[in-house]
Amino acid sequence: MVLLLQYTLLFASVLILVALGGCFSEHSGVINLGLEGIMVMGALGGALTLKYISPSTPALLIVLAVMAASILCGVIYSMLLAVACINLKADQTLVGTALNMLAAAAATVIVKSINIAENPDNVSSTVQYVQTKKALVVSIGSFQFNWFMLVALIALILAYVILYKTRFGLRLMACGEHPQAADSVGINVYTMRWSGVLISGMLAGIGGIVYITAGVSEWKFEVGVAGFGFLALAVMIFGQWKPINIGLAALLFGFFRALSNVYSGFDFLAALNIPGSVYNMMPYIISLIVLAFTSSNSRAPKAEGIPYDKGSR
Amino acid sequence: MGKKSSEGFLSKPAVQSTLAALLCIVIGLLVGYVALLIINPAGATEAIITILKNYFTYPTKAAAMKYLGNTLVKAAPLLMCALSIQFCYQAGLFNIGAAGQYVAGAGAALFCALQLKMPWIICLLAALIAGGIFGIIVGLLKSYLNVNEVISGIMLNWIGLYTVNMLLSGVKETASPYTVQVASVNKGAILPSLGMEKLFSNNKYVTIAIPLAILIAILLKVILSMTVFGYEIKATGIAKDAAKYSGMKEKRNVIITLFIGGALAGLGAAFLFLTGYEQWSVTQSSVPGMGFNGIAATFLGGLDPIGTIFASYFIQHITSGGSYLDKNIYPSQISDFISAIIIYLCGFVLFFKIQLNGWLRARDERAKQPPIVQSKKEEGGNK
Repeated sequence: MVLLLQYTLLFASVLILVALGGCFSEHSGVINLGLEGIMVMGALGGALTLKYISPSTPALLIVLAVMAASILCGVIYSMLLAVACINLKADQTLVGTALNMLAAAAATVIVKSINIAENPDNVSSTVQYVQTKKALVVSIGSFQFNWFMLVALIALILAYVILYKTRFGLRLMACGEHPQAADSVGINVYTMRWSGVLISGMLAGIGGIVYITAGVSEWKFEVGVAGFGFLALAVMIFGQWKPINIGLAALLFGFFRALSNVYSGFDFLAALNIPGSVYNMMPYIISLIVLAFTSSNSRAPKAEGIPYDKGSR
Repeated sequence: MGKKSSEGFLSKPAVQSTLAALLCIVIGLLVGYVALLIINPAGATEAIITILKNYFTYPTKAAAMKYLGNTLVKAAPLLMCALSIQFCYQAGLFNIGAAGQYVAGAGAALFCALQLKMPWIICLLAALIAGGIFGIIVGLLKSYLNVNEVISGIMLNWIGLYTVNMLLSGVKETASPYTVQVASVNKGAILPSLGMEKLFSNNKYVTIAIPLAILIAILLKVILSMTVFGYEIKATGIAKDAAKYSGMKEKRNVIITLFIGGALAGLGAAFLFLTGYEQWSVTQSSVPGMGFNGIAATFLGGLDPIGTIFASYFIQHITSGGSYLDKNIYPSQISDFISAIIIYLCGFVLFFKIQLNGWLRARDERAKQPPIVQSKKEEGGNK
């Protein structure tokens, strides 16, 4: 039971971080379908930091270093989306998809090259971080508290405050609702959209490292992050683009994702003898059902997905 | 036309698309080359040539022909996935679910072939229907419940993967996670080759799938450019509300489009798995990349069925070429990396065309000063 709670909170943290990232980007008017790819790059940065940092470094420093590396990778990678979608007015769906594929391929190539350089016979795409990963968690009884749960909670509160209580947040949202109107009162739409995308890169980057350190101590980069970026988008839609609702939606999805990790530990679930694949499918099925019920009267930012052109009306 | 042929030539949409595609390829290869240089400068030049040469690395013509056959065997399903995405894109739908529809098709084809021992034609039909059903689900969700087709498509990709893994676990080899060989259990399910294998040094995987895929591409070109249905699809893609206003049933069109898209991807899977070239691993935990590579091929092909034929071949050519790299120096995924760069660059094609047209127009205006009042570019270029 403790294990289920622990995994629920962990996966919910991932979903909160990434969904909030999507939320910032979409409120500024850019659909960020590249979240999945940004997660992979964030995960790569974090994992390599964990690999190379000395295990004797103070735990707090490790957590901060990992976070900084993930944020850096996520932000840099999200610039590819920003340049293409905001300045060059490319198709946002196409560029997002390209970024997802590029991240998976690039991460595999980078990790494999590092592995091959260390040992020519090691052609795997796996990064191990058994020792240093321990710095990320604190055991409270049998519950393993992960520092990133706290980070997700802080991000949630900050997102609420920034979006609804600050000038920056309100301006950001104006650019997603009606960029022409925002422009007419002197808000630079391009700057705001860049901020939105970069914030999403930052949050999705952290989300990536949290995902690959949840419960495992090595990661095979060939598999990417298994559609989690898209689950986060489903969470965001279910949460109607509002931070607090996103938090609640993430808990629900996190629960179903956690179930696939720990179902064998429950006697009554194990007794049902349902194949593991069914549990694996669960989060995706739930999100389809949820989307079917919530999409028809969506509160999506009105101008999302439409490149802003100063010259058009 | 004759006098100013160079200008007229450059402003043709087909020429611009080809130019843009070539530019994407060149830049993509350059970036790939730089990546190879970073990994290991000594063999980088040789490595990029290996990728580009693919089967030409074999010294004898017979061996090269045989491996050309292998590349074509995998290019056929890729073309089908690309066509699926391309067809849906005409109706304004981004069918990223093609990967899942491909998985569904593979599951249905192999289940019919291995479990039910059906002949190949039934297996093909089953794959077509299974892919189509996956497409219809996306279509229904899109048109009646306003669910974004990209997100529902991704969800269905994973649902499809786990379902097919479960479905096929009954027909796997006892010692491995792979499904049993189609040829050893049910010879009748192997696609006929009509003697084509002779052309490719008796490569037994070469079947009617290859010409069929090309025929389907041509058929789609005809449907899109010459029929009322094709016109409606394109109208729905350009302006959904206008299409609805002028009496087209846009909801029905969306569903039919996604059914066809799904059927194409499903059929593509059957085109690969019913040759026996590949076996399905029931423990695989990531969606096969075929559907995603299809996105690369379709955009590289300039969103035209005929262009897509060449683009699919090219993407498969470098993907196969990547497998000839020395695995202890370079990761073979460098090919996927190049493909991904190419798709990313394809996002700029529109920007490239606008720039090019703007430049052409400016040049035209400079060339023939005031007298002609009409500023329309086509007339200026053709006089």
